[in-house]
Amino acid sequence: MYNKNIKKWVALFIGPALFFLTLFLIYPSIQTFIFSFMGRRSEEFVGLDNFIYAFTSRAMLTSFRNNLMWIVFFTFGTVSLGLLMAILVDKVKYEKIAKSIIFMPMAVSFVGAGVIWKFIYDYKPMGANQIGLLNQILTSLGFQPKGWLIQGPLMNNFALIFVGLWIWTGFSMVILSAAYKGIPKDLLEAGRVDGANEWQVFRHIILPYMKPTIAVVATTMAVNVLKIFDIVYVMTNGNYGTEVIANRMYKEMFQYRNYGRASAIAVVLFVLVIPVIFMNVKRMRGEDQ
Amino acid sequence: MFKKMNFTKIIINVFIIAFMFIWILPTIGLLVTSFRPASEVSSTGWWTVLNSPLKFTQFTIENYQQVLNQGGMAYAFRNSFIIAIFGTALPVLVAAFAAFGLAKLQFRGRAVVYTIIVGLLVVPLQLTFIPVLKIYNALNLSGTFVGVWLAHTGYGLPFAVFMLHNFFSSLPDDLFEAAYIDGASIWTSFYKLALPLSVPAIASLVIFQFLWVWNDLLVALIYLGGFQEVAPLTVKLSSLVGSYGQNWHLLTSAAFISMVVPLIIFFALQRYFVRGILAGSVKG
Repeated sequence: MYNKNIKKWVALFIGPALFFLTLFLIYPSIQTFIFSFMGRRSEEFVGLDNFIYAFTSRAMLTSFRNNLMWIVFFTFGTVSLGLLMAILVDKVKYEKIAKSIIFMPMAVSFVGAGVIWKFIYDYKPMGANQIGLLNQILTSLGFQPKGWLIQGPLMNNFALIFVGLWIWTGFSMVILSAAYKGIPKDLLEAGRVDGANEWQVFRHIILPYMKPTIAVVATTMAVNVLKIFDIVYVMTNGNYGTEVIANRMYKEMFQYRNYGRASAIAVVLFVLVIPVIFMNVKRMRGEDQ
Repeated sequence: MFKKMNFTKIIINVFIIAFMFIWILPTIGLLVTSFRPASEVSSTGWWTVLNSPLKFTQFTIENYQQVLNQGGMAYAFRNSFIIAIFGTALPVLVAAFAAFGLAKLQFRGRAVVYTIIVGLLVVPLQLTFIPVLKIYNALNLSGTFVGVWLAHTGYGLPFAVFMLHNFFSSLPDDLFEAAYIDGASIWTSFYKLALPLSVPAIASLVIFQFLWVWNDLLVALIYLGGFQEVAPLTVKLSSLVGSYGQNWHLLTSAAFISMVVPLIIFFALQRYFVRGILAGSVKG
Protein backbone atom coordinates (compact mmCIF):
# COMPACT_ATOMS: atom_id res chain seq x y z
CA MET A 1 0.00 0.00 0.00
CA TYR A 2 1.11 3.52 -0.61
CA ASN A 3 -0.12 6.95 0.24
CA LYS A 4 1.31 10.44 0.51
CA ASN A 5 1.89 10.24 4.27
CA ILE A 6 3.64 6.89 3.98
CA LYS A 7 6.66 8.00 6.04
CA LYS A 8 4.45 8.85 8.99
CA TRP A 9 2.72 5.47 8.80
CA VAL A 10 5.99 3.57 8.47
CA ALA A 11 7.35 5.31 11.54
CA LEU A 12 4.17 4.54 13.45
CA PHE A 13 4.10 0.85 12.55
CA ILE A 14 7.78 -0.05 12.57
CA GLY A 15 9.18 2.54 14.96
CA PRO A 16 8.29 0.81 18.25
CA ALA A 17 9.81 -2.50 17.11
CA LEU A 18 13.01 -0.80 15.97
CA PHE A 19 13.23 0.98 19.31
CA PHE A 20 13.06 -2.29 21.27
CA LEU A 21 15.40 -4.12 18.92
CA THR A 22 17.99 -1.38 19.11
CA LEU A 23 17.79 -1.09 22.87
CA PHE A 24 17.78 -4.80 23.70
CA LEU A 25 19.70 -6.47 20.87
CA ILE A 26 21.70 -4.18 18.60
CA TYR A 27 23.19 -1.66 21.01
CA PRO A 28 24.03 -4.18 23.78
CA SER A 29 25.65 -6.58 21.32
CA ILE A 30 28.03 -3.86 20.14
CA GLN A 31 28.65 -2.69 23.70
CA THR A 32 29.49 -6.25 24.80
CA PHE A 33 32.15 -6.44 22.08
CA ILE A 34 33.71 -3.31 23.56
CA PHE A 35 33.41 -4.58 27.14
CA SER A 36 35.16 -7.79 26.16
CA PHE A 37 38.38 -5.79 25.74
CA MET A 38 37.99 -4.05 29.09
CA GLY A 39 38.56 -4.92 32.73
CA ARG A 40 36.23 -6.50 35.24
CA ARG A 41 34.30 -3.30 35.81
CA SER A 42 34.59 -2.02 32.24
CA GLU A 43 36.82 0.85 33.35
CA GLU A 44 40.13 0.20 31.66
CA PHE A 45 41.31 -1.29 28.40
CA VAL A 46 42.99 -4.67 28.88
CA GLY A 47 43.59 -5.80 25.29
CA LEU A 48 43.15 -9.50 24.67
CA ASP A 49 43.42 -10.59 28.32
CA ASN A 50 39.81 -11.71 28.56
CA PHE A 51 40.05 -13.72 25.37
CA ILE A 52 43.28 -15.33 26.52
CA TYR A 53 41.34 -16.34 29.61
CA ALA A 54 38.41 -17.54 27.52
CA PHE A 55 40.62 -19.82 25.44
CA THR A 56 43.17 -21.04 27.97
CA SER A 57 41.67 -21.21 31.47
CA ARG A 58 40.93 -24.67 32.72
CA ALA A 59 37.26 -23.90 33.39
CA MET A 60 36.74 -22.69 29.84
CA LEU A 61 38.62 -25.62 28.30
CA THR A 62 36.36 -27.97 30.24
CA SER A 63 33.36 -26.00 28.95
CA PHE A 64 34.56 -26.28 25.36
CA ARG A 65 35.03 -30.00 25.73
CA ASN A 66 31.57 -30.43 27.25
CA ASN A 67 29.85 -28.20 24.70
CA LEU A 68 31.50 -30.27 21.99
CA MET A 69 30.19 -33.44 23.64
CA TRP A 70 26.73 -31.88 23.81
CA ILE A 71 26.83 -30.83 20.16
CA VAL A 72 27.97 -34.21 18.89
CA PHE A 73 25.88 -36.56 21.03
CA PHE A 74 22.83 -34.38 21.58
CA THR A 75 22.49 -33.45 17.91
CA PHE A 76 23.14 -36.97 16.69
CA GLY A 77 20.85 -38.42 19.37
CA THR A 78 17.85 -36.14 18.82
CA VAL A 79 18.05 -36.38 15.03
CA SER A 80 18.50 -40.15 14.83
CA LEU A 81 15.98 -40.99 17.57
CA GLY A 82 13.54 -38.45 16.11
CA LEU A 83 13.94 -39.94 12.63
CA LEU A 84 13.56 -43.49 13.92
CA MET A 85 10.40 -42.65 15.84
CA ALA A 86 8.98 -40.57 12.98
CA ILE A 87 9.23 -43.56 10.66
CA LEU A 88 8.10 -46.17 13.18
CA VAL A 89 5.04 -44.39 14.64
CA ASP A 90 3.77 -43.96 11.09
CA LYS A 91 3.22 -47.73 11.02
CA VAL A 92 0.97 -48.03 14.09
CA LYS A 93 -2.62 -47.04 14.84
CA TYR A 94 -1.87 -45.16 18.07
CA GLU A 95 0.46 -42.74 16.28
CA LYS A 96 -1.21 -39.67 17.80
CA ILE A 97 -0.90 -40.80 21.41
CA ALA A 98 2.67 -41.96 20.88
CA LYS A 99 3.62 -38.59 19.41
CA SER A 100 1.87 -36.71 22.22
CA ILE A 101 3.76 -38.60 24.88
CA ILE A 102 7.12 -38.21 23.19
CA PHE A 103 6.49 -34.52 22.51
CA MET A 104 5.16 -33.69 25.99
CA PRO A 105 8.53 -32.91 27.64
CA MET A 106 8.75 -29.89 25.27
CA ALA A 107 5.96 -28.27 27.30
CA VAL A 108 7.84 -28.52 30.59
CA SER A 109 10.47 -25.98 31.59
CA PHE A 110 14.10 -27.10 31.58
CA VAL A 111 14.14 -26.42 35.31
CA GLY A 112 11.21 -28.78 35.81
CA ALA A 113 12.89 -31.40 33.62
CA GLY A 114 16.08 -30.93 35.64
CA VAL A 115 14.24 -31.71 38.89
CA ILE A 116 12.49 -34.73 37.33
CA TRP A 117 15.78 -36.24 36.23
CA LYS A 118 17.78 -35.30 39.29
CA PHE A 119 15.29 -37.46 41.16
CA ILE A 120 15.75 -40.34 38.68
CA TYR A 121 19.54 -40.09 39.11
CA ASP A 122 19.33 -39.89 42.93
CA TYR A 123 22.09 -41.84 44.68
CA LYS A 124 22.08 -43.63 48.03
CA PRO A 125 25.03 -45.71 49.23
CA MET A 126 24.98 -49.48 48.74
CA GLY A 127 22.72 -51.17 51.28
CA ALA A 128 20.36 -48.21 51.77
CA ASN A 129 16.99 -48.18 49.99
CA GLN A 130 17.43 -46.49 46.62
CA ILE A 131 14.80 -43.85 45.84
CA GLY A 132 16.26 -42.97 42.44
CA LEU A 133 14.80 -45.20 39.74
CA LEU A 134 18.04 -45.79 37.88
CA ASN A 135 20.01 -46.94 40.92
CA GLN A 136 17.10 -49.09 42.04
CA ILE A 137 17.28 -50.90 38.70
CA LEU A 138 21.06 -51.30 39.04
CA THR A 139 20.96 -52.61 42.60
CA SER A 140 18.10 -55.02 41.95
CA LEU A 141 20.19 -56.46 39.13
CA GLY A 142 23.03 -56.94 41.64
CA PHE A 143 25.22 -53.98 40.61
CA GLN A 144 26.64 -51.17 42.72
CA PRO A 145 24.63 -47.92 42.69
CA LYS A 146 26.27 -45.11 40.74
CA GLY A 147 26.59 -41.38 41.41
CA TRP A 148 25.27 -40.53 37.96
CA LEU A 149 25.76 -36.78 38.24
CA ILE A 150 29.04 -36.93 40.15
CA GLN A 151 31.27 -39.41 38.38
CA GLY A 152 32.74 -37.79 35.30
CA PRO A 153 33.66 -36.66 32.86
CA LEU A 154 31.87 -39.16 30.65
CA MET A 155 29.06 -40.52 32.78
CA ASN A 156 27.75 -37.29 34.31
CA ASN A 157 27.87 -35.41 31.03
CA PHE A 158 25.99 -38.19 29.31
CA ALA A 159 23.48 -38.18 32.15
CA LEU A 160 22.86 -34.47 31.47
CA ILE A 161 22.80 -34.92 27.71
CA PHE A 162 20.17 -37.60 28.11
CA VAL A 163 17.90 -35.09 29.83
CA GLY A 164 18.31 -32.90 26.74
CA LEU A 165 17.41 -35.87 24.54
CA TRP A 166 14.32 -36.53 26.63
CA ILE A 167 13.15 -32.95 26.09
CA TRP A 168 14.02 -32.44 22.41
CA THR A 169 13.54 -35.82 20.70
CA GLY A 170 9.78 -35.21 20.36
CA PHE A 171 10.44 -31.89 18.66
CA SER A 172 12.75 -33.44 16.10
CA MET A 173 10.33 -36.33 15.64
CA VAL A 174 7.39 -34.03 14.85
CA ILE A 175 9.28 -32.07 12.19
CA LEU A 176 10.82 -35.17 10.64
CA SER A 177 7.47 -36.95 10.70
CA ALA A 178 5.91 -34.15 8.65
CA ALA A 179 8.72 -34.50 6.09
CA TYR A 180 8.38 -38.29 6.07
CA LYS A 181 4.68 -38.07 5.33
CA GLY A 182 5.56 -35.80 2.41
CA ILE A 183 7.38 -38.59 0.59
CA PRO A 184 5.11 -39.82 -2.22
CA LYS A 185 3.81 -43.25 -1.24
CA ASP A 186 4.19 -44.71 -4.72
CA LEU A 187 7.91 -43.91 -4.61
CA LEU A 188 8.29 -46.13 -1.54
CA GLU A 189 6.04 -48.78 -3.05
CA ALA A 190 8.00 -48.77 -6.31
CA GLY A 191 11.19 -49.40 -4.37
CA ARG A 192 9.64 -52.28 -2.47
CA VAL A 193 8.13 -53.82 -5.61
CA ASP A 194 11.56 -53.69 -7.23
CA GLY A 195 12.78 -55.94 -4.43
CA ALA A 196 14.51 -53.46 -2.14
CA ASN A 197 14.41 -54.44 1.54
CA GLU A 198 13.38 -51.93 4.22
CA TRP A 199 16.96 -50.90 4.90
CA GLN A 200 17.59 -50.20 1.20
CA VAL A 201 14.33 -48.26 0.96
CA PHE A 202 15.47 -46.20 3.94
CA ARG A 203 19.02 -45.73 2.66
CA HIS A 204 18.24 -44.93 -0.98
CA ILE A 205 14.78 -43.34 -0.96
CA ILE A 206 13.79 -42.02 2.47
CA LEU A 207 17.15 -40.59 3.51
CA PRO A 208 17.91 -38.65 0.29
CA TYR A 209 14.36 -37.32 0.24
CA MET A 210 14.50 -36.09 3.84
CA LYS A 211 18.04 -34.77 3.73
CA PRO A 212 17.14 -31.03 3.66
CA THR A 213 14.80 -31.38 6.65
CA ILE A 214 17.37 -33.43 8.55
CA ALA A 215 19.92 -30.69 7.92
CA VAL A 216 17.53 -28.04 9.25
CA VAL A 217 16.74 -30.04 12.38
CA ALA A 218 20.41 -30.81 12.98
CA THR A 219 21.49 -27.15 12.72
CA THR A 220 18.61 -26.06 14.98
CA MET A 221 19.67 -28.61 17.56
CA ALA A 222 23.33 -27.62 17.31
CA VAL A 223 22.54 -23.93 17.89
CA ASN A 224 20.19 -24.66 20.77
CA VAL A 225 22.71 -26.83 22.47
CA LEU A 226 25.58 -24.37 22.09
CA LYS A 227 23.64 -22.11 24.44
CA ILE A 228 22.64 -24.93 26.80
CA PHE A 229 22.26 -23.47 30.27
CA ASP A 230 19.21 -24.39 32.36
CA ILE A 231 19.76 -28.14 32.59
CA VAL A 232 23.34 -27.78 33.74
CA TYR A 233 22.58 -24.86 36.05
CA VAL A 234 19.86 -26.76 37.89
CA MET A 235 21.33 -30.26 37.97
CA THR A 236 25.05 -29.78 38.69
CA ASN A 237 25.76 -26.05 38.32
CA GLY A 238 28.80 -27.07 36.31
CA ASN A 239 30.42 -29.01 39.16
CA TYR A 240 32.22 -32.32 38.76
CA GLY A 241 33.50 -31.38 35.31
CA THR A 242 30.12 -30.64 33.71
CA GLU A 243 30.63 -26.91 33.08
CA VAL A 244 29.33 -25.43 29.82
CA ILE A 245 30.01 -22.08 28.13
CA ALA A 246 26.70 -20.37 28.97
CA ASN A 247 26.84 -21.40 32.62
CA ARG A 248 30.43 -20.21 32.83
CA MET A 249 29.36 -16.82 31.50
CA TYR A 250 26.64 -16.60 34.12
CA LYS A 251 29.15 -17.40 36.85
CA GLU A 252 31.67 -14.83 35.63
CA MET A 253 28.88 -12.27 35.56
CA PHE A 254 27.17 -12.86 38.90
CA GLN A 255 29.50 -14.94 41.04
CA TYR A 256 32.86 -13.37 40.17
CA ARG A 257 31.47 -10.01 38.96
CA ASN A 258 33.98 -9.94 36.11
CA TYR A 259 32.15 -8.21 33.27
CA GLY A 260 35.20 -8.25 30.99
CA ARG A 261 35.55 -12.01 31.07
CA ALA A 262 31.80 -12.58 30.91
CA SER A 263 31.62 -10.35 27.82
CA ALA A 264 34.49 -12.19 26.15
CA ILE A 265 32.75 -15.52 26.76
CA ALA A 266 29.51 -14.12 25.29
CA VAL A 267 31.44 -12.97 22.22
CA VAL A 268 32.95 -16.44 21.84
CA LEU A 269 29.47 -17.91 22.03
CA PHE A 270 28.33 -15.52 19.32
CA VAL A 271 31.25 -16.34 17.03
CA LEU A 272 30.42 -20.03 17.38
CA VAL A 273 26.85 -19.35 16.22
CA ILE A 274 27.79 -17.13 13.24
CA PRO A 275 27.96 -19.91 10.63
CA VAL A 276 24.40 -20.81 11.54
CA ILE A 277 23.21 -17.21 11.17
CA PHE A 278 24.10 -17.37 7.49
CA MET A 279 22.37 -20.70 7.05
CA ASN A 280 19.25 -19.49 8.82
CA VAL A 281 18.98 -16.27 6.85
CA LYS A 282 19.39 -18.23 3.64
CA ARG A 283 16.73 -20.67 4.72
CA MET A 284 14.24 -17.96 5.69
CA ARG A 285 14.75 -16.15 2.41
CA GLY A 286 13.94 -19.46 0.78
CA GLU A 287 10.75 -19.77 2.83
CA ASP A 288 9.74 -16.22 1.97
CA GLN A 289 9.61 -16.80 -1.74
CA MET B 1 6.37 -63.81 4.05
CA PHE B 2 3.14 -63.32 6.00
CA LYS B 3 4.73 -64.69 9.16
CA LYS B 4 7.79 -62.48 8.81
CA MET B 5 5.66 -59.35 8.45
CA ASN B 6 3.83 -60.20 11.64
CA PHE B 7 7.05 -60.68 13.49
CA THR B 8 8.39 -57.25 12.42
CA LYS B 9 5.09 -55.69 13.41
CA ILE B 10 5.36 -57.13 16.89
CA ILE B 11 8.93 -55.90 17.26
CA ILE B 12 7.93 -52.41 16.12
CA ASN B 13 5.01 -52.29 18.53
CA VAL B 14 7.06 -53.51 21.45
CA PHE B 15 9.75 -50.96 20.66
CA ILE B 16 7.36 -48.01 20.38
CA ILE B 17 5.51 -48.93 23.54
CA ALA B 18 8.77 -49.34 25.44
CA PHE B 19 9.89 -45.95 24.15
CA MET B 20 6.62 -44.29 25.22
CA PHE B 21 6.94 -45.97 28.60
CA ILE B 22 10.47 -44.63 29.14
CA TRP B 23 9.39 -41.15 28.05
CA ILE B 24 6.36 -40.90 30.34
CA LEU B 25 7.78 -42.74 33.37
CA PRO B 26 9.91 -39.86 34.78
CA THR B 27 6.89 -37.52 34.89
CA ILE B 28 4.72 -40.19 36.51
CA GLY B 29 7.39 -40.80 39.13
CA LEU B 30 7.44 -37.08 39.88
CA LEU B 31 3.67 -36.88 40.17
CA VAL B 32 3.37 -39.93 42.45
CA THR B 33 6.22 -38.78 44.68
CA SER B 34 4.71 -35.33 45.09
CA PHE B 35 1.67 -36.90 46.80
CA ARG B 36 3.60 -39.17 49.19
CA PRO B 37 4.42 -38.27 52.82
CA ALA B 38 7.95 -37.08 53.53
CA SER B 39 8.98 -40.11 55.60
CA GLU B 40 7.91 -42.49 52.85
CA VAL B 41 9.59 -40.52 50.07
CA SER B 42 12.97 -40.52 51.78
CA SER B 43 12.90 -44.21 52.72
CA THR B 44 11.29 -46.01 49.79
CA GLY B 45 11.05 -45.53 46.03
CA TRP B 46 7.83 -44.18 44.52
CA TRP B 47 7.26 -47.45 42.68
CA THR B 48 6.46 -49.15 46.00
CA VAL B 49 2.96 -47.60 45.81
CA LEU B 50 2.32 -50.21 43.12
CA ASN B 51 2.29 -52.87 45.86
CA SER B 52 -1.04 -51.51 47.05
CA PRO B 53 -2.21 -49.07 44.40
CA LEU B 54 -5.71 -48.66 45.85
CA LYS B 55 -4.61 -47.69 49.35
CA PHE B 56 -5.37 -43.99 49.13
CA THR B 57 -4.23 -43.28 52.68
CA GLN B 58 -0.64 -43.52 51.47
CA PHE B 59 -1.15 -40.25 49.61
CA THR B 60 -1.26 -36.73 51.03
CA ILE B 61 -1.51 -33.16 49.80
CA GLU B 62 0.62 -31.86 52.67
CA ASN B 63 3.67 -31.36 50.42
CA TYR B 64 1.69 -29.03 48.21
CA GLN B 65 0.39 -27.04 51.17
CA GLN B 66 3.92 -26.68 52.46
CA VAL B 67 5.62 -25.55 49.22
CA LEU B 68 2.77 -23.25 48.28
CA ASN B 69 2.83 -21.45 51.63
CA GLN B 70 6.21 -21.69 53.38
CA GLY B 71 8.02 -22.54 50.15
CA GLY B 72 6.64 -19.41 48.47
CA MET B 73 5.45 -21.25 45.37
CA ALA B 74 2.00 -19.65 45.54
CA TYR B 75 3.62 -16.25 45.31
CA ALA B 76 5.92 -17.40 42.52
CA PHE B 77 2.91 -18.75 40.65
CA ARG B 78 1.30 -15.32 40.74
CA ASN B 79 4.58 -13.73 39.62
CA SER B 80 4.89 -16.14 36.70
CA PHE B 81 1.43 -15.10 35.53
CA ILE B 82 2.17 -11.41 35.84
CA ILE B 83 5.43 -11.81 33.94
CA ALA B 84 4.05 -14.14 31.26
CA ILE B 85 0.88 -12.17 30.48
CA PHE B 86 2.60 -8.87 29.78
CA GLY B 87 5.74 -10.58 28.48
CA THR B 88 3.42 -12.05 25.83
CA ALA B 89 1.00 -9.20 25.12
CA LEU B 90 3.65 -6.52 24.62
CA PRO B 91 5.89 -8.27 22.07
CA VAL B 92 2.94 -9.67 20.12
CA LEU B 93 1.38 -6.21 19.88
CA VAL B 94 4.56 -4.45 18.84
CA ALA B 95 5.37 -7.25 16.39
CA ALA B 96 1.92 -7.17 14.79
CA PHE B 97 2.43 -3.49 13.91
CA ALA B 98 5.94 -4.01 12.60
CA ALA B 99 5.11 -7.14 10.63
CA PHE B 100 2.17 -5.41 8.96
CA GLY B 101 4.30 -2.38 8.11
CA LEU B 102 7.02 -4.56 6.65
CA ALA B 103 4.64 -6.75 4.69
CA LYS B 104 2.12 -4.26 3.34
CA LEU B 105 3.52 -0.72 3.37
CA GLN B 106 5.73 0.16 0.43
CA PHE B 107 8.82 2.11 1.36
CA ARG B 108 12.46 2.10 0.46
CA GLY B 109 14.73 -0.19 2.45
CA ARG B 110 12.05 -2.45 3.83
CA ALA B 111 13.83 -5.60 2.63
CA VAL B 112 16.96 -4.46 4.46
CA VAL B 113 15.06 -3.73 7.69
CA TYR B 114 13.35 -7.11 7.52
CA THR B 115 16.63 -8.95 6.91
CA ILE B 116 18.24 -7.21 9.89
CA ILE B 117 15.32 -8.13 12.17
CA VAL B 118 15.39 -11.75 11.08
CA GLY B 119 19.18 -11.82 11.38
CA LEU B 120 18.81 -10.78 15.03
CA LEU B 121 17.01 -14.08 15.65
CA VAL B 122 20.24 -15.91 16.20
CA VAL B 123 22.00 -13.42 18.44
CA PRO B 124 22.62 -15.32 21.67
CA LEU B 125 20.86 -13.44 24.47
CA GLN B 126 24.07 -13.73 26.47
CA LEU B 127 25.59 -11.11 24.20
CA THR B 128 23.13 -8.51 25.51
CA PHE B 129 22.94 -9.13 29.26
CA ILE B 130 25.69 -6.94 30.66
CA PRO B 131 24.94 -3.66 28.84
CA VAL B 132 21.19 -4.02 29.40
CA LEU B 133 21.77 -4.79 33.05
CA LYS B 134 23.91 -1.66 33.35
CA ILE B 135 21.10 0.43 31.86
CA TYR B 136 18.61 -1.27 34.19
CA ASN B 137 20.74 -0.59 37.22
CA ALA B 138 20.99 3.07 36.27
CA LEU B 139 17.22 3.33 35.78
CA ASN B 140 16.33 1.16 38.80
CA LEU B 141 14.64 -1.34 36.50
CA SER B 142 16.45 -4.46 37.63
CA GLY B 143 14.35 -6.54 39.98
CA THR B 144 11.10 -5.11 38.61
CA PHE B 145 8.35 -6.68 36.53
CA VAL B 146 8.55 -3.80 34.05
CA GLY B 147 12.19 -4.59 33.39
CA VAL B 148 11.44 -8.24 32.57
CA TRP B 149 8.45 -7.30 30.40
CA LEU B 150 10.53 -4.92 28.34
CA ALA B 151 13.37 -7.44 28.03
CA HIS B 152 11.01 -10.18 26.86
CA THR B 153 9.56 -7.71 24.37
CA GLY B 154 12.97 -6.99 22.88
CA TYR B 155 14.04 -10.63 22.87
CA GLY B 156 10.73 -11.97 21.56
CA LEU B 157 10.36 -9.48 18.70
CA PRO B 158 12.57 -11.00 15.98
CA PHE B 159 10.70 -14.28 16.03
CA ALA B 160 7.29 -12.66 16.44
CA VAL B 161 7.92 -10.29 13.52
CA PHE B 162 9.23 -13.17 11.41
CA MET B 163 6.19 -15.32 12.06
CA LEU B 164 3.54 -12.61 11.57
CA HIS B 165 5.36 -11.18 8.55
CA ASN B 166 5.12 -14.59 6.90
CA PHE B 167 1.41 -14.56 7.57
CA PHE B 168 0.67 -10.98 6.48
CA SER B 169 2.68 -11.50 3.30
CA SER B 170 0.45 -14.42 2.41
CA LEU B 171 -2.63 -12.15 2.43
CA PRO B 172 -3.30 -10.95 -1.15
CA ASP B 173 -2.27 -7.35 -1.88
CA ASP B 174 -5.44 -6.88 -3.99
CA LEU B 175 -7.48 -7.12 -0.83
CA PHE B 176 -5.73 -4.11 0.66
CA GLU B 177 -5.71 -2.20 -2.61
CA ALA B 178 -9.47 -2.68 -2.82
CA ALA B 179 -9.95 -1.49 0.74
CA TYR B 180 -7.75 1.51 0.02
CA ILE B 181 -9.75 2.46 -3.06
CA ASP B 182 -12.93 2.16 -0.97
CA GLY B 183 -11.47 4.83 1.28
CA ALA B 184 -10.06 2.73 4.13
CA SER B 185 -7.05 4.31 5.83
CA ILE B 186 -3.93 2.29 6.50
CA TRP B 187 -4.97 2.10 10.12
CA THR B 188 -8.41 0.73 9.22
CA SER B 189 -7.02 -1.90 6.89
CA PHE B 190 -4.66 -3.05 9.63
CA TYR B 191 -7.20 -3.03 12.42
CA LYS B 192 -10.32 -4.13 10.56
CA LEU B 193 -8.81 -6.33 7.86
CA ALA B 194 -5.37 -7.74 8.61
CA LEU B 195 -5.76 -8.38 12.34
CA PRO B 196 -9.06 -10.32 12.20
CA LEU B 197 -7.69 -12.46 9.35
CA SER B 198 -4.58 -13.35 11.31
CA VAL B 199 -6.22 -14.73 14.45
CA PRO B 200 -4.90 -18.29 13.95
CA ALA B 201 -1.33 -17.08 13.39
CA ILE B 202 -1.52 -14.77 16.39
CA ALA B 203 -2.94 -17.58 18.52
CA SER B 204 0.02 -19.84 17.72
CA LEU B 205 2.41 -16.99 18.43
CA VAL B 206 0.71 -16.10 21.73
CA ILE B 207 0.90 -19.70 22.94
CA PHE B 208 4.52 -20.02 21.93
CA GLN B 209 5.57 -16.73 23.52
CA PHE B 210 3.56 -17.39 26.69
CA LEU B 211 5.21 -20.76 27.22
CA TRP B 212 8.61 -19.36 26.33
CA VAL B 213 8.27 -16.69 29.01
CA TRP B 214 6.62 -19.03 31.50
CA ASN B 215 9.42 -21.59 31.16
CA ASP B 216 12.22 -19.05 30.92
CA LEU B 217 14.87 -19.20 33.62
CA LEU B 218 17.81 -17.25 32.24
CA VAL B 219 16.21 -13.85 31.49
CA ALA B 220 14.44 -13.89 34.86
CA LEU B 221 17.65 -14.83 36.68
CA ILE B 222 19.56 -12.00 35.04
CA TYR B 223 17.09 -9.15 35.39
CA LEU B 224 15.21 -10.16 38.52
CA GLY B 225 18.37 -11.32 40.25
CA GLY B 226 17.91 -12.49 43.79
CA PHE B 227 14.73 -10.53 44.53
CA GLN B 228 12.44 -13.22 45.92
CA GLU B 229 9.31 -11.01 45.86
CA VAL B 230 9.31 -10.94 42.06
CA ALA B 231 10.80 -14.39 41.32
CA PRO B 232 8.75 -16.54 38.90
CA LEU B 233 8.28 -20.30 39.30
CA THR B 234 11.40 -21.29 37.39
CA VAL B 235 13.69 -19.11 39.49
CA LYS B 236 11.97 -20.17 42.71
CA LEU B 237 12.17 -23.85 41.78
CA SER B 238 15.84 -23.67 40.91
CA SER B 239 16.61 -21.96 44.22
CA LEU B 240 14.60 -24.63 46.06
CA VAL B 241 16.81 -27.28 44.42
CA GLY B 242 19.65 -25.64 46.33
CA SER B 243 17.86 -25.08 49.65
CA TYR B 244 15.72 -28.24 49.83
CA GLY B 245 18.49 -30.54 48.60
CA GLN B 246 17.27 -34.05 49.33
CA ASN B 247 13.72 -33.12 50.38
CA TRP B 248 12.25 -34.80 47.33
CA HIS B 249 8.68 -34.68 48.63
CA LEU B 250 8.85 -30.86 48.46
CA LEU B 251 10.94 -30.58 45.29
CA THR B 252 8.66 -32.88 43.32
CA SER B 253 5.50 -31.03 44.32
CA ALA B 254 7.15 -27.67 43.58
CA ALA B 255 8.25 -28.97 40.16
CA PHE B 256 4.76 -30.19 39.42
CA ILE B 257 3.26 -26.81 40.33
CA SER B 258 5.59 -25.18 37.79
CA MET B 259 4.48 -27.70 35.13
CA VAL B 260 0.71 -27.54 35.56
CA VAL B 261 -0.01 -24.55 33.30
CA PRO B 262 2.21 -25.64 30.38
CA LEU B 263 0.78 -29.17 30.55
CA ILE B 264 -2.79 -27.87 30.47
CA ILE B 265 -1.96 -25.67 27.48
CA PHE B 266 -0.19 -28.57 25.81
CA PHE B 267 -3.07 -31.00 26.11
CA ALA B 268 -5.85 -28.49 25.48
CA LEU B 269 -4.32 -26.61 22.54
CA GLN B 270 -1.97 -29.20 21.10
CA ARG B 271 -2.43 -28.18 17.48
CA TYR B 272 -1.58 -24.51 18.03
CA PHE B 273 1.10 -25.50 20.47
CA VAL B 274 2.90 -27.75 18.00
CA ARG B 275 2.59 -25.16 15.22
CA GLY B 276 4.02 -22.43 17.44
CA ILE B 277 6.88 -24.55 18.73
CA LEU B 278 7.83 -25.69 15.25
CA ALA B 279 7.84 -22.17 13.86
CA GLY B 280 9.70 -20.98 16.93
CA SER B 281 12.52 -23.46 16.65
CA VAL B 282 14.75 -20.79 15.20
CA LYS B 283 14.45 -18.47 18.20
CA GLY B 284 17.67 -17.27 19.84
